Amino acid sequence: MKRDHPIRWSNLYLLLVFIVLYLPIIYLIIYSFNAGDTMDRITGFSWRHYLTLFADTRMISIVLNTVIIAVLSALLATIIGTFGALGIDQLKKRSLQNGILSLNNVLMVSPDVIIGASFLIFFTFLGVKLGFGSVLLSHIAFSVPIVVLMVLPKIKDMSQTMIDAAYDLGATKWQTLTRVILPAITPGIFAGYFMAFTYSLDDFAVTFFVTGNGFSTLSVEIYSRARQGIDLEVNALSTLMFLVSLLLVGGYYLLNRYNEKKKIHRAKASQEVDDA
Amino acid sequence: MKSKTAYLTPYFLWIALFVIAPMALILYQSFFSITGHFTFGNYEQYLSSGVYLKMTVNSIWYAFIITVLALLVSYPTAYLINHLKNKQLWLLLIILPTWINLLLKTYAFIGLFSQNGSINDFLRFVGLGSHQILFTDASFIFVATYIEIPFMILPIFNALDELNPSLVNASRDLGASAWQTFRRVIFPLTMPGVKAGVQAVFIPSLSLFMITRLIGGNRVITLGTAIEEHFLVTQNWGMGSTIGVILILAMFVVMFLTRDRKNKGGQIR
Repeated sequence: MKRDHPIRWSNLYLLLVFIVLYLPIIYLIIYSFNAGDTMDRITGFSWRHYLTLFADTRMISIVLNTVIIAVLSALLATIIGTFGALGIDQLKKRSLQNGILSLNNVLMVSPDVIIGASFLIFFTFLGVKLGFGSVLLSHIAFSVPIVVLMVLPKIKDMSQTMIDAAYDLGATKWQTLTRVILPAITPGIFAGYFMAFTYSLDDFAVTFFVTGNGFSTLSVEIYSRARQGIDLEVNALSTLMFLVSLLLVGGYYLLNRYNEKKKIHRAKASQEVDDA
Repeated sequence: MKSKTAYLTPYFLWIALFVIAPMALILYQSFFSITGHFTFGNYEQYLSSGVYLKMTVNSIWYAFIITVLALLVSYPTAYLINHLKNKQLWLLLIILPTWINLLLKTYAFIGLFSQNGSINDFLRFVGLGSHQILFTDASFIFVATYIEIPFMILPIFNALDELNPSLVNASRDLGASAWQTFRRVIFPLTMPGVKAGVQAVFIPSLSLFMITRLIGGNRVITLGTAIEEHFLVTQNWGMGSTIGVILILAMFVVMFLTRDRKNKGGQIR
């Protein structure tokens, strides 16, 4: 009874936090349907800004660039990161493992501007032309550490006896890797790919430094448009991007749930075997 | 073992090329003047001209305010969410806005804060009259705090989630008030979460150059803004790298101050 009162206040507080968190996003979405051209006053409902967006070939090619960069960089970062994690796990010395992990985390904690500026110096130093290639390489580079951090715990969770059993039963190294190790750590690999993908989609600062002139990604394009003021085409775009994010989060949530269930299912199955 | 090296080759290549080389290059570049001569001039200029030092102090001060505000909002939020029934779902709702591109959220505030925007409409409606909101220090701090709050809530929530509730019950049973329990039991035990949150918020706050450009209207200059300016506008990479080295040093200081002191737990005072 006594607790009734504070709980209600606390709900009000939470409500306020959620309103503030979502207000800008909802505001953007509402105005994307505005018949007028400003974010000041709604003059009526219209799909006008969406039609402009779909007719904007420059914007569509930028969206495609962004997606291609995200898919490719996440894929390559996942491959490098997964094998890196497997390699780190095999190292005998604990101190060596920790040393490598510290280096791994440098790009996780460095501010974006530092990563961007240092990559810009690096690419200029090597004579790499700024554009698609430099952006792709940068995105791979800053996605590798998160993949390692997602995959390594799964490798540590895996029991060594499974691998020993595979070898004892005559499996080659390659067979052990593809038939035993990789399937066991698949959830970690997926999570790593997914995180790398979203890192790439979200990145602005690093891309801004290494993109040069001709090439642009969504974040960079939104920045340059926002500097010129309000443009409701950007609102229409953000509404679509919000929907995509919702789908991605939903997909990730379901994937996690599925993995958890499978784990429980397996645990139950092995329990039954033990009981019998 | 052959396979060991085969696994690690691309990964080590990545460490060498994209971790060690760029960091070494930024340090190297900081010793070159704009005309390409080796010099300590950038550091001399940084330390002697009041402009750079003032900018650094300002940037740290802004980051400090943003971190404190984010902490003040986030701790109660994380605490309350931890007591809700479907807490994982609510947490997901907190995380969801972080998936929206940062530029878009910033862009939304340009509309909200503008002279005829909704906030000014509201102020006029309640009779406070319209104000210049966009391009002020306060708007920069507000937007930066807004962006960083979820990154503060997440680690604090995790720390609270791991907190053993029987410790709280024990404290209450032994006669501690709710406030005493919070101050002596809950807060100290969730300190690692707070530290992780401070780390996750303070370092980016030093370098959010896009928000200073779009919302702060070039009135607020952070370390990040200065680096961007030197690299992409004035093309003085040497000075930009020098400020970069300062930012890296600031990062190490923050990480040192917020590090986890593991074996502190068992001590008797």
